[in-house]
Amino acid sequence: MEPVFAIAFGVMVAVAAYLLMSRNVLRIVLGLLVLGNAANLSIFTAGRLESRVPPLVPAGEAALAGGANPLPQALILTAIVISFALVAFTVVLFESAHRRLGTLDADAMREAEPLPQATTKKSRKVEESA
Amino acid sequence: MSAHILLTLPILFPALGVALCALFWSNKPVQRIVSLVASVGLLGSALALTAAVYDGTVLATSFGNWDAPFGIVFVADMFAAAMVLITGIMAVAIGIYGLNGDIEPRENAFYHLLYQGLLLGVTGAFLTGDIFNLYVWFEIMLISSFGLLALGGTRAQLDAGIKYVTLNLIATTFFLITVAFLYGITGTLNMADLARVLPTLENQGLVTTLAVMFLMAFGSKAAVFPLFYWLPAAYHTASAPIVAIFAALLTKVGVYAIIRTFTLLFDGDAGYTGPIVAGIAIFTMVTGVLGAAAHFDIRRILSFHIISQIGYMLFGIAVATPLAVGGSILYVIHHIIVKANLFLIAGVIERAGGSFDLKKLGGLYASLPMLGVLFLIPALSLAGLPPLSGFWSKFTVIKASLDANHIALAVSGLLVGLLTLYSMLKIWNEAFWKAAPASSAEPLRAWQADRKTRLLMLTPIVALAAITLTIGLFAEPFVDFSMRAGAQLLDKTSYIDAVFGPSQNITEVNP
Repeated sequence: MEPVFAIAFGVMVAVAAYLLMSRNVLRIVLGLLVLGNAANLSIFTAGRLESRVPPLVPAGEAALAGGANPLPQALILTAIVISFALVAFTVVLFESAHRRLGTLDADAMREAEPLPQATTKKSRKVEESA
Repeated sequence: MSAHILLTLPILFPALGVALCALFWSNKPVQRIVSLVASVGLLGSALALTAAVYDGTVLATSFGNWDAPFGIVFVADMFAAAMVLITGIMAVAIGIYGLNGDIEPRENAFYHLLYQGLLLGVTGAFLTGDIFNLYVWFEIMLISSFGLLALGGTRAQLDAGIKYVTLNLIATTFFLITVAFLYGITGTLNMADLARVLPTLENQGLVTTLAVMFLMAFGSKAAVFPLFYWLPAAYHTASAPIVAIFAALLTKVGVYAIIRTFTLLFDGDAGYTGPIVAGIAIFTMVTGVLGAAAHFDIRRILSFHIISQIGYMLFGIAVATPLAVGGSILYVIHHIIVKANLFLIAGVIERAGGSFDLKKLGGLYASLPMLGVLFLIPALSLAGLPPLSGFWSKFTVIKASLDANHIALAVSGLLVGLLTLYSMLKIWNEAFWKAAPASSAEPLRAWQADRKTRLLMLTPIVALAAITLTIGLFAEPFVDFSMRAGAQLLDKTSYIDAVFGPSQNITEVNP
């Protein structure tokens, strides 16, 4: 099973990389989301996919025999919560930036680092479109 | 006090600060008091912690009745304790400075909560002995810094926030993936356990790959070349106290993580990673200092200088001798104080001169000569002039690189020092020495009339300048401490023994 999961992980990272390189900030958010899930998948795969038995110690016994590895699941649970919060924040930030800056094009967002006077080709284009 | 209490208190104070600030979210005065008390508590507990490890003992404790390597452990050696102490100093100094009204309109928008959250994340990252737990502290630190950066909600801040948030999220996710791979090949996340297991693995090529992945993940946090783009895009948009605490702590957590992992976990193949880190250090120093030379906004100049100074802190890993590692530690300690102080002074310049733009400033030495002196202490220390703290730390790292025949590293370190001096003199010439422009009369009058604000802003600056002078003039104890801390880092046994050895600390925790 591991090779399938490893390939799925690779595909997800590739998709995330493609989305993250987009100029549209909405796609960037989706890229972050996919990358976060790829990370979770990598933790899950790294914990080995040996057993489907829930990692619960049966009543009356002291140790667990042949259960699934519980640690990756605990780690993923933590990571999911964190990435959920961060993506929620990111969406709100991008939305308010969209409202204030009036654009979704990352290249047109030059508020913090303005170009030195309108000399380059890109800034002229930005001005024309504005 | 027991190790458990000593290691928990520095986390507990900011954590309580966060909780109480959330509780009193609508009450500004209470939040201020809570935030200051929590910061002072952090400083006090950090002092106790440093005193406990000063003689070279390593303290360790585990939580939740799970012994290492299964439970999460906290470990404090000399390096970690020194970093927590410096965090405490910064928390108090910038906490006082932050009452000056710069963030007054947004204080109710959870400024104090996020400030304590940032301190919580940073302190946790310094103390934890578990690599996944380190990721969690990183995220606490990050989400707080996201909030602080976007607090003002201006157009520039939102724009900067997008770049800062995106690039940092990619870096931490990359860190998480690396942790997953590390877990996959070792089956453990405890750093002391990893230090034991990693050298015994058959597949050392994969270990080196992971080392480089960690270098990329932490390097992005530390703003090294070529992963620094989020820093100059964002820092200059935040207000003075916020950018000061960012400049003091955020990148240094990345540097701490690099030094920690490359001394504890990945020291096996120094012949391979050494030259890579040396190259990164050279490019980081040079690009940072050249970027600073191009700018005329004080905050942007100082932001680029953070990047160039990070290069010096990597000397320890590039050269990997005890002298170099000790020098890097001294450099981090010196740099945090100096850099934060320069940003605090930039805030004063903006108040008294009306702008951050050097072209609109001038004549400050004539009107406020003492501010000029206060600026020169950290500025010349940053450039590395004797007898200030920067001289000793630069001297140590450059001597270490010469001793180990890293000539290119040493030469670029010296040249970058010279260019740093150029940038500092540019600020001096433009803001302090040239004739005052007509527009600067009004802010100056307002500054001189407001005695309370002056006191709030100048007290931390004077205190930090005094620390810089102390490190410079009485360098011996600080150099000695850093050298011992560096030797302790390179000798992994004390760290591993503290976590696994027949330690009373762990039994004490679990009565």
